Amino acid sequence: MFDDINDLYQQVILDHCKHPRNFHEMPQCSCSAQGFNPLCGDNLKLFLTLDGDVIKDASFTGSGCCISKASASLLTDNVKGKTKAEAEKTFEQVRDMITTGTVNGDVGKLAVFAGVYKYPARVKCAILAWHALIGALRGEAAPVSTENEQT
Amino acid sequence: MTDWTSLRKDFPILHQQVHGKPLVYFDNAATSQKPRSVIDALVHYYERDNANVHRGIHELSNRATNAFEAARTRSAKFINAKSADEIIFTRGTTEGINLVAATWGAKNLKAGDVILLTELEHHSNLVPWQMLAQKTGAKITYIPVTGDDGVLDLSKLDSLLTPQVKMFSMVHISNSMGVVNPVEELCARARKLGIVTLVDGAQSAGHLPVDVQAIGCDFFAFSGHKICGPTGIGVLWGRQEILETMPPYQGGGEMILSVGYHKTEFKHAPHRFEAGTPDISGPIGLHAAMDYLDAIGRANIWQHDQELANYAAEKLSALKNIRIFGPKKNRAGLVSFLLKDVHAHDVVTLANQGGVALRGGHHCTQPLMHKLGVESTARASFYFYNTKAEVDVFIEVIKEIQKFFAA
Repeated sequence: MFDDINDLYQQVILDHCKHPRNFHEMPQCSCSAQGFNPLCGDNLKLFLTLDGDVIKDASFTGSGCCISKASASLLTDNVKGKTKAEAEKTFEQVRDMITTGTVNGDVGKLAVFAGVYKYPARVKCAILAWHALIGALRGEAAPVSTENEQT
Repeated sequence: MTDWTSLRKDFPILHQQVHGKPLVYFDNAATSQKPRSVIDALVHYYERDNANVHRGIHELSNRATNAFEAARTRSAKFINAKSADEIIFTRGTTEGINLVAATWGAKNLKAGDVILLTELEHHSNLVPWQMLAQKTGAKITYIPVTGDDGVLDLSKLDSLLTPQVKMFSMVHISNSMGVVNPVEELCARARKLGIVTLVDGAQSAGHLPVDVQAIGCDFFAFSGHKICGPTGIGVLWGRQEILETMPPYQGGGEMILSVGYHKTEFKHAPHRFEAGTPDISGPIGLHAAMDYLDAIGRANIWQHDQELANYAAEKLSALKNIRIFGPKKNRAGLVSFLLKDVHAHDVVTLANQGGVALRGGHHCTQPLMHKLGVESTARASFYFYNTKAEVDVFIEVIKEIQKFFAA
C-alpha cells in the first residue's frame, strides 16, 4: 500500500528511527541545546563534547516522530570528528537538501533525506535536530524551534 | 430512514482520489465539507446580491441586508435562542470566547476572582481566559479529567465552585477525546451560585440538537465551518440581559447610534458587538448550511456519528499495540488513538498515502496531552456523510501502518 512513500521512509530512516544511535544523555558534555517543534510536540536534546574546535562526541535524547528521530540519530553519527565550521557547512547542505531536494556536494548517508521536501509538513521534523546542533555550537540558551522554517 | 450514502452526492469534494485511492475524509472535527447548497448560496450572493449591509437604500443593499439579517434569525432558531438580537456574528468559536473575555470579563472580573474551566479545553477556551486573568489578577481553576477516557471528575465540582468563581466556561464536546460533558447539569449548578457560564459548542452545534435555553448557559459559541458552512463565520449567543450590560468589543462603523468628536453612543446588542462591514457572505452560507443540516435532522446525525465512532473504536480495540482515548459510553463522533512506538505524525502521513485524511498532533489541547503523558494522538473524526465502509478502509490502512513499522 505504501510503495510510493519509500522516498520519505527509506530503509535507513526506518532503521535509525527504530534503533536510534547515540541515544543517551551526556552529563559531561561541552554544550547542549533543546529543539522543540511546537506543531507536533517533537522535543529533543542534543549533546556535544568538543575538543577545541572538533566535535569529539554527540548524542541526543527526547521523543518525536520517525523522521525527527532518524534525523537526530544520523546527525550524531555524521558530526563526530568534524570541526565546528565543517558541521555548520553540513547544516547548510542539509537544510538546502531538506527544503529543496537539491544536494550540493557529498552528504553521505544524509542523502536519505533528499525526498523530504516533497512532504512539506515533514520538513520541520527532519530539520529540527540540525537547528539544535547550531544552537548548541553557538551557545544559544533558548530552545530552538522550527516555527519559522520556510517550507 | 436516511440514505446516508446518497447524501454524499451533495458534496462535490468527496468524489476524488488521493494518491490513487478514494478520499476518506475523517478530519471533520477540524473542518467539515460543504454541500452544493452552501456553495450555491455563496455564488448566488456574489453574482446577484452583493452590496454593503445596513444603511443602504438601493435594491442590492436591501437584498444583502435582508439576507444577512435572515441568517441571524435562522441562527437563533438553530439553537433555540429567544430572539435574533441575542445572535452576534463572529469569525468563529475562538472570536466568540475572546469577545466574552474582552467585554464581559474586563468589566466584571477583578483580582481574587476565579475562572473555572475543565482540563479538556481547547486552546481557544484557555488562552483568552489566561490573558484576562493576567490583566485582572483573576485566577483559573480546572475540573480534572480522570484518565484516558477523558471524562471529568465531577466529584471535585463542589469544592471547585467556591464563592470566588465568577465565570465557568466549559467545552460541550471535547475535540480530542470525544467526551460529551453534562452541560445542563454543570450550568444548573453554576447558576444556583450566580456564576456566569459559557459553553464552547464548536464540536456540538452541528452534530446534535442544541437548545441554549434548555442547556441553561449564559453564552454559547460555535463555528460555521464545522457545521457545513463557510470558514470565517461563527455565532456567539448571549442571554439578552447580559449582552445589554456589556461594553462594546471593537469600535467603528455599524455599532454606533451617534458619533461626536469626543463622545459616541453605541447601539444595542447585537450590533454593538459588530463593528465595521461584517462578513456578509458568511452568514448567508451559514443559513444554507443550517437549513441543510436540519433537513437531515441533528438527532439523526448524532445517531449516525455515534454509530460510526463506536464501530471504529470497537474495530481499533481489536488491534494489538494500540491505546485508545475517549469514553466507553456516549462517545461523540471521533476516536483518538496512538499506535505503540509509532508517532501520530507518521500514522497520519502513511494514512494519507492510503487516501485517508486523519489529524495527528495535540489537537490544540496541549495541557491535556501533557496530563495524559502523550505529545500527540492520531484522530479520526466523522460526520454524517461518512460510512461504515470508509471505517473499514481506515482500519485496513491502520493495520498496514502497523506492519510497515513492525521491527
